[in-house]
Amino acid sequence: MEKILEVNDLHVSFDTFAGEVKAVRGVNFHLNKGETLAIVGESGSGKSVTSKAVMGLIPNPPGRIKQGEIKFGDRNLAQLPEKEMQKIRGSEISMIFQDPMTSLNPTMTIGKQIMEGLIKHQNMNKSEAKERAIELLKLVGIPNAEGRVTEYPHQFSGGMRQRVVIAIALACNPRVLIADEPTTALDVTIQAQILELLNDLQEKMGTSIIFITHDLGVVANIADRVAVMYAGKIVETGTVDEIFYNPQHPYTWGLLGSMPSLDSTDEELIAIPGSPPDLLDPPKGDAFAPRNPYAMQIDTEMEPPLFKVSDTHYAATWLLHEKAPKVEPPAAIKKRMQGMAPDEPIIGAKDGGKHV
Amino acid sequence: MSNQEKLLEIKNLKQHFKVGKGTVKAVDGLTFDIYKGETFGLVGESGCGKSTTGRTIIRLYNATDGEVIFNGEDVHGKKSAKELKKFNRKMQMIFQDPYASLNPRMTVSDIIAEGIDIHGLASSKKARMDKVHELLETVGLNKEHANRYPHEFSGGQRQRIGIARALAVDPEFIIADEPISALDVSIQAQVVNLMKKLQREKGLTYLFIAHDLSMVKYISDRIGVMYRGEIVELAESEELYRNPLHPYTQSLLSAIPLPDPEYERSRKRKIYDPEKHLSENGEKRVLREVTEGHWIACTEEEFNKFNVTV
Repeated sequence: MEKILEVNDLHVSFDTFAGEVKAVRGVNFHLNKGETLAIVGESGSGKSVTSKAVMGLIPNPPGRIKQGEIKFGDRNLAQLPEKEMQKIRGSEISMIFQDPMTSLNPTMTIGKQIMEGLIKHQNMNKSEAKERAIELLKLVGIPNAEGRVTEYPHQFSGGMRQRVVIAIALACNPRVLIADEPTTALDVTIQAQILELLNDLQEKMGTSIIFITHDLGVVANIADRVAVMYAGKIVETGTVDEIFYNPQHPYTWGLLGSMPSLDSTDEELIAIPGSPPDLLDPPKGDAFAPRNPYAMQIDTEMEPPLFKVSDTHYAATWLLHEKAPKVEPPAAIKKRMQGMAPDEPIIGAKDGGKHV
Repeated sequence: MSNQEKLLEIKNLKQHFKVGKGTVKAVDGLTFDIYKGETFGLVGESGCGKSTTGRTIIRLYNATDGEVIFNGEDVHGKKSAKELKKFNRKMQMIFQDPYASLNPRMTVSDIIAEGIDIHGLASSKKARMDKVHELLETVGLNKEHANRYPHEFSGGQRQRIGIARALAVDPEFIIADEPISALDVSIQAQVVNLMKKLQREKGLTYLFIAHDLSMVKYISDRIGVMYRGEIVELAESEELYRNPLHPYTQSLLSAIPLPDPEYERSRKRKIYDPEKHLSENGEKRVLREVTEGHWIACTEEEFNKFNVTV
């Protein structure tokens, strides 16, 4: 498969009064053409910083890319001058932000905001750009696009605004779309609509998507591959089926255990104890060790490398070392790994997705 | 369930806000009961009036119409300051945003002890401090945290402080307004487990307001589904998920993405269109009990149909 984007050994730090915060500490991943890669992690795990580094949006100062390369075609985005980056941003790689309430300019009509990129990157004149803007609004499912193109963001609902943001991001047919928690601020029914829209657009346009989220349900819905981040590193990566049905890292187990399944009521949620480490002073060894019930002596001394589980599945935990004791995830999590869908399909989910 | 003691009765509660020339009917005629010791979940999309309901019940707003009867007494009835104080002690609230709901200039011990001071629950400084330490331990923090300020804590820890503050006056009933939506997944589970544990130990009753249906299902005994200021369906949580009758409930349930890729590949979403769901002769749908404990907003005719099929 063609790799469209490759990130190698990326380190991003922020200088603060308290010292250097190592937000991203050696991240490697790639994005294939036409696929959706989900980056999962809690706040502070470095998932948004990683995506902003790809977009060249790390504010400097205080932030800087310390090390590593971001290969996009034959260019290294980590070292590209701002002028060059501006040509890529919004045309070849574009981004959807979390909050559609703040990512649109309230003083500009949405038509103008969509046309901005078209005029700048594709040398369109105003009337061409406007026509394309209307086309885009139709594409993202906004009814009466001709009339609404001259309206302002406050005249749209949250879900409709996110559609406008998606229209802006797609305006120049980008090859890579980065969606940073695009549905977190939305209601569950609106979220479902936006996910359907993104799936649909990807099929039509063949865009590659990096989807950042902390919601595992959304990941299961949209991702082809998943990268799980913790404390500035990718701790497990694999296809979506590998991550949900055969997770190897105790942190991934913990994430699955923290979600209630619709089927069970009495079993306790298996919360991950404690909280994420302070990246001002990252712990020696495995950063997850203090919260990991399966931590071994070596976890406090040496960082685990990525162990290979299959050609597409890797996990950074010493438990996969040949000399490590065999550890099974807790029964409740094992049950979840068999699938969390209810036995009887919820109404609407015909031929419901329960697998044996 | 029905023979259980009612802690809270809400009767035809209305909360209308004047906006310019019009009125927004945020809550429009809610009627439901909350039993002692249960968790009642209230779900719905943003703007459906679920938070307004919570705030009106605890009298942060004065109700436009209707009654809230708590332990046999009307919350919104005329009350002397003394009576109000007594009532305030029984009912407490946990807020959504753990960053905005704690005063940044107060230490944790003062935040938690504010209620204790107001109600004069501690006889001495030492007793006050002991109580604060005990509360901190109850919610999984430790004594050393008492003299710190909110900014020194993470989101999950702040929410624990918010819970400790609510518990400080030994309430019977706690309204939790989206208490976990601002938290990370792994921390959400910690807070939910804590709330469940406290309920078991102290016999608390919760009104749990949220839009995350899977979490609501997990924590609630009964669930009310709100749509445009009204409850459209109310049932025990297991029943609601197994057998949702109202098309809006069905659409909500079918929209939840589950962490199960194979299920997700085949999930079909049901779409609720209020325009298509208008009753034929303009008859207003009212909440009727279809099977025991399962209420749904329906017309007379629909009700008869339900009775045949159920």
